[in-house]
Amino acid sequence: MTLAEFFSCSLLAFGAPLVMFSLTVANDPVRIIIMIAAAFGWLLSFLLSSLVWYAVVPLRSYLAFGMVFAVIFQEGFRYGMYLLLRKTEEGLKEISENHNIGSNKLEMAYVSGLGFGTMSGAFALVNVLADSVGPGTLGLHNGTEYFFVTSAAMTLCMILLNTFWSVIFFSGFDDKNYLKVGWVILSHFFVSGLSLLNSRELYAATIIPSYIVLLITAYIAFRSAGGSTAKLVQSLTSRS
Amino acid sequence: MSDTGSESEIEEATEHTALMDGHIAEARPDREIAERIARKRKTKSDNQQSYGSVERTEGGASGAAGTSASNPPPPQPPADAQIEELELKYGARHVIKLFVPVTLCMLVVVATISSINFYSVKDVYLAYTPFHEESPYAVTKVWNALANSMILLSVIALMTVLLIVLYKKRCYKIIHGWLILSSLMLLFLFSYLYIEEALRAYNIPMDYITLVFVMWNFGGMGMIVIHWKGPLRLQQAYLIFIAALMALVFIKYLPEWTTWAVLAVISIWDLIAVLTPKGPLRILVETAQERNEPIFPALIYSSTVMYCLAATTPPPPGEPRARELRPLHPHGRGTADERRAARESGGAGDAAGFDAAWQARAQQQRRLRVDSSQPPRYTTRLERSPAPAQQPALDDEEKGVKLGLGDFIFYSVLVGKASSYGDWNTTLACFVAILIGLCLTLLLLAILKKALPALPISITFGLIFYFATRCVVKPFADALAAEQVFI
Repeated sequence: MTLAEFFSCSLLAFGAPLVMFSLTVANDPVRIIIMIAAAFGWLLSFLLSSLVWYAVVPLRSYLAFGMVFAVIFQEGFRYGMYLLLRKTEEGLKEISENHNIGSNKLEMAYVSGLGFGTMSGAFALVNVLADSVGPGTLGLHNGTEYFFVTSAAMTLCMILLNTFWSVIFFSGFDDKNYLKVGWVILSHFFVSGLSLLNSRELYAATIIPSYIVLLITAYIAFRSAGGSTAKLVQSLTSRS
Repeated sequence: MSDTGSESEIEEATEHTALMDGHIAEARPDREIAERIARKRKTKSDNQQSYGSVERTEGGASGAAGTSASNPPPPQPPADAQIEELELKYGARHVIKLFVPVTLCMLVVVATISSINFYSVKDVYLAYTPFHEESPYAVTKVWNALANSMILLSVIALMTVLLIVLYKKRCYKIIHGWLILSSLMLLFLFSYLYIEEALRAYNIPMDYITLVFVMWNFGGMGMIVIHWKGPLRLQQAYLIFIAALMALVFIKYLPEWTTWAVLAVISIWDLIAVLTPKGPLRILVETAQERNEPIFPALIYSSTVMYCLAATTPPPPGEPRARELRPLHPHGRGTADERRAARESGGAGDAAGFDAAWQARAQQQRRLRVDSSQPPRYTTRLERSPAPAQQPALDDEEKGVKLGLGDFIFYSVLVGKASSYGDWNTTLACFVAILIGLCLTLLLLAILKKALPALPISITFGLIFYFATRCVVKPFADALAAEQVFI
């Protein structure tokens, strides 16, 4: 039972990102490197936010405080990734075997966002998953039995959100459209803040709005990347 | 000496570029490059073609990259810049070629550590680490760890010097014997221990007859594949497995803090040995260059093997095929062979040397002894293969980036050690940090174009992230996970 829970939770959280990785990233060495660099960037941001959280001893029990700094640092590092990628864009184009790689400017954004998100998702969930294998489980004496599933669902949401956020964020800076950047930061704060309610087990109140934000963000990212309904329909029909 | 050395290195670097050109030549026909190739490379244009086609096939296979070859080249930068970029391009693919084996090796180690208890329990220790850190005082522990790591380091240095002396005196027989002996020991003894513990951990009963049969086949196959010939994949698998075994042995038999001290000390030693003008590894490289030999392929995992593999898998159209295949075999065989051999020989030598001395000690020594085999092998270095310039026959294969097997081992030791505390975040952080360190090293390699130590950057990152994650990040991450707060 616990094993089934482990597999279902890990597939729920990481199944979609894994497919995205293997279909879009795994083929291209440069993309893999960018993804790992983004993961490293996220790691650094998390390290910094934990340092802040750790250093301010009196506020350690208030996770909201740590969360605010974590969001700020993450967005800072997202901007850092943006600068880094835009600076090395030419070089990357040269070193990759695929000279199409820069043809869509947001390709890098997507890849780095996926790296960012995967790392954050992994950090949020790996230990939980490792515990879920058993021998014990949650929800028998106290605690809620939905702990693992909700964690996995939120993780998936965060991974996808990070991917889309990076796309929107990069395109926002490219087009000097700071509304998009604002949306990224605000929705990040919103979703993270919402997840504070998880500790009260108000899962419906956190997961549903988070996924609504995810849908909106996905739509904005889709538009930012130059997508339109007509193109989507076309891409779906031309297959058959 | 050092002057000529660096000169030849530069020369080689250019050679490399020229080699590189081979496979991208089709995509961007640059005159200078073409001339270079013509000048430097004896191999005919069909070779380039074959590489070009291989590239394309690969690209085609990968889908997204499909159009790369036929794409019109972007505005051509001046030749120098282009060579630069060729170097880099060369890097991008090979970085991944190194990532895969490194990741696999770490995966084996981490999986073993987390499923087989045996390797994380401390009971016996290496003969080289006489201080067992049993004192409750931190100062004593630090002192013990430092003393242990210094002893281990001197053993390693001694073995390296011994190896170089043997090499300088051209005692190839001895070196080979050494290598074969150590590979024998690793493949049979350590694998036996590993299988035994794995069976015990999973509570699987097995009779000795079956076990002997399995071991004989496994070990015999390993010896054949490593020292003679065999499918490349199999060779690589054996190499990775052996590196993982060595890493496990280190994790098991080194005292807690000694492991960390050793990692730190080794990476500094690596820095010194490779970069100082009279560093032993540098001498090794230079001697090998003077003799037009591949430097101890036994000590080195060269991505070229994998490169060749990649080149062969998509059958190149028509004639090029034969050409591709031919070098592949001798090289693969030679490299793996020597690599293994060298590595093992190093180990064996150590073992032999210390055996007598330590025989009096407890019986566990066997294992300890085996450990000793590692030091020489640690001779890890990341380098642009120096051989190609001198070895026309090996040219094709030699263009890969090479990573010492010792690097595999110590990377895996770090990650495995991190995972032995049961926190996956730490493991993950160390893994990513090491990969990024490897990336940076390869970037430096492309810029500096000389043999570089692969351990310092990666291990430094790994250590920083290990301790930072363990002390600072873990509490935060745990609190976040427990409260289900997502940031």
